[in-house]
Amino acid sequence: MENALPPLQISPLGDAAIIVKFGENISPATHTWVKAFAKLLTTYSFPGFVELVPAYTTVTIFYNPWVSSEKGKYNPYEQVTNAILNLLPQLKPAAETSSPIVKIPVCYGGNFGPDLAFVALHNNISPEEVIHIHTRNIYLVYMIGFAPGFPYLGGMDASIAAPRKKVPLTEIPAGSVGIGGLQTGIYSLPTPGGWQLIGRTPLNLFNPGQQPATLLQAGDRVQFFSVTPAEFNQRKARENES
Amino acid sequence: MSLKILKPGLLTTIQDTGRLGYRQAGITTSGATDLMALRLANLLVANPSDAPALEITLTGPTILFEVDCLLALTGANLGPTINGQPVKMCRPVYVTAGSLLAFQKPISGYRAYLAVASSFKLPQILGSYATYLRAALGGLQGKALQTNNIIPLNQPAAIARQLMLFLQKKAANTGFAAATWTLNASFYPNLAPNAVIRVIKGPEYEWFTPEAQRLFWETPFRVTPESDRMGGRLQGPVLHLRQPQELLSTAVTFGTVQVPPRGNPIVLLSDHQTTGGYPRLAQVITADFSVLAQVKPGALIWFKEINLPEAQQLLLAQESKLENLKKILNLKFKYLT
Repeated sequence: MENALPPLQISPLGDAAIIVKFGENISPATHTWVKAFAKLLTTYSFPGFVELVPAYTTVTIFYNPWVSSEKGKYNPYEQVTNAILNLLPQLKPAAETSSPIVKIPVCYGGNFGPDLAFVALHNNISPEEVIHIHTRNIYLVYMIGFAPGFPYLGGMDASIAAPRKKVPLTEIPAGSVGIGGLQTGIYSLPTPGGWQLIGRTPLNLFNPGQQPATLLQAGDRVQFFSVTPAEFNQRKARENES
Repeated sequence: MSLKILKPGLLTTIQDTGRLGYRQAGITTSGATDLMALRLANLLVANPSDAPALEITLTGPTILFEVDCLLALTGANLGPTINGQPVKMCRPVYVTAGSLLAFQKPISGYRAYLAVASSFKLPQILGSYATYLRAALGGLQGKALQTNNIIPLNQPAAIARQLMLFLQKKAANTGFAAATWTLNASFYPNLAPNAVIRVIKGPEYEWFTPEAQRLFWETPFRVTPESDRMGGRLQGPVLHLRQPQELLSTAVTFGTVQVPPRGNPIVLLSDHQTTGGYPRLAQVITADFSVLAQVKPGALIWFKEINLPEAQQLLLAQESKLENLKKILNLKFKYLT
């Protein structure tokens, strides 16, 4: 098998969480194990299981020690570790291309992307080329974190990388698409941030009234496409109606 | 059937035991920072321990009770009064319609909890009533309470109504009556101005220099005024890594002590981010969350190391004590009614 299960590291995060680590570096191969393990655990949970957080190389499992220990009868950490070890023989890597591509409209430049020109200048290409390259690649959502619905995307072309701002902005509008170093991402809430802003999507990445509450989930694939300011406004109006 | 907020106080929010199950969507748990105090307040008015209650920060609100009510106050002592008379904490209190709950001045601790019988009549958002300020989620329109907010109440359950009848006889001219009994002193939070917080070493503990490790255990850290529900920002010796090293973003949680590049640790609280990229030096044990929640900005904290089995023993002992309390209160309520 080309993607053999790497040696796992299991360690505690305090007295109510446990970290299972599948590797040291960001890679699609490690991601498939993270994704598969998260799915397995969601399907076959154990007594006291609360929730889990998949990340680049880890799955962190939160548990209730009172329940896991059957009200103090057993050692909670050992109970949870055993439950996890017992699940491992069933672990198979997730199929790599199983997830559909989520298409995300972005209005690049202008007021929505005030730093597009900077990113172009920094890489010695035209703003149009930045847009072309940014919309060409397919990105993998490695994890959701930092803020509700905020995707950590992998797969950006190094030819449009740009340094973070020295002084972060105190509030970045929701939907802003940015570049920070070799990463690209979408701000899901108005938050402070230091990425270079190249555009904005009219889509809401966080919809607390809907199921699921976030547009993207870990493991999804994403591709951006360019829309005009008029299309942005139309889509934004539609988005806010629903 | 409601509470009216006449003054909001410094930061008063609706909280419960947290929004569970959504961390992988980037949605943190929120909930009471002093979870134990919220659970106790609820038990004292015969609520399920995870019902929503008010979390009150340092400077308390002024609240008009528009209906007869049963309430309990736990956590910090912020000088509560009803109709101008001091009211005792950690016990059920009956108040008549038209009464005013106010807070004179903080005496000890930082966060108080107010539970009312059968709690607030509000919608759950993603399975919880907890207010998550940054995402404007839960509570009352996702915000801290403001002047003239109205919080609708549920009809008190049968046990609470019986307790109210029992206490009503004692509510003479003051408009309220507190039970003469209270929680066992072991349930009162540790509200010393400075605190010892027990921690387990974090996953990146070995990334720090021996000097940083020594300083972490031996020196007190001051909680700065920039602290909030997301985290307590600490000031003390600067803690360095052995070599510059980047942590790939991974999960963090309540009580994680993370150290940004400048070397001043942050201890995460209820509105913490779900993931972070700073090295995790230590993790506060669950049994000490209440102590941590009650530390005021400006106070000093010392970190003390214990191991995982000890931490889990303390946690289990705390839960077992709470379980016993539930049984005792059930009997007590049955006996009274």
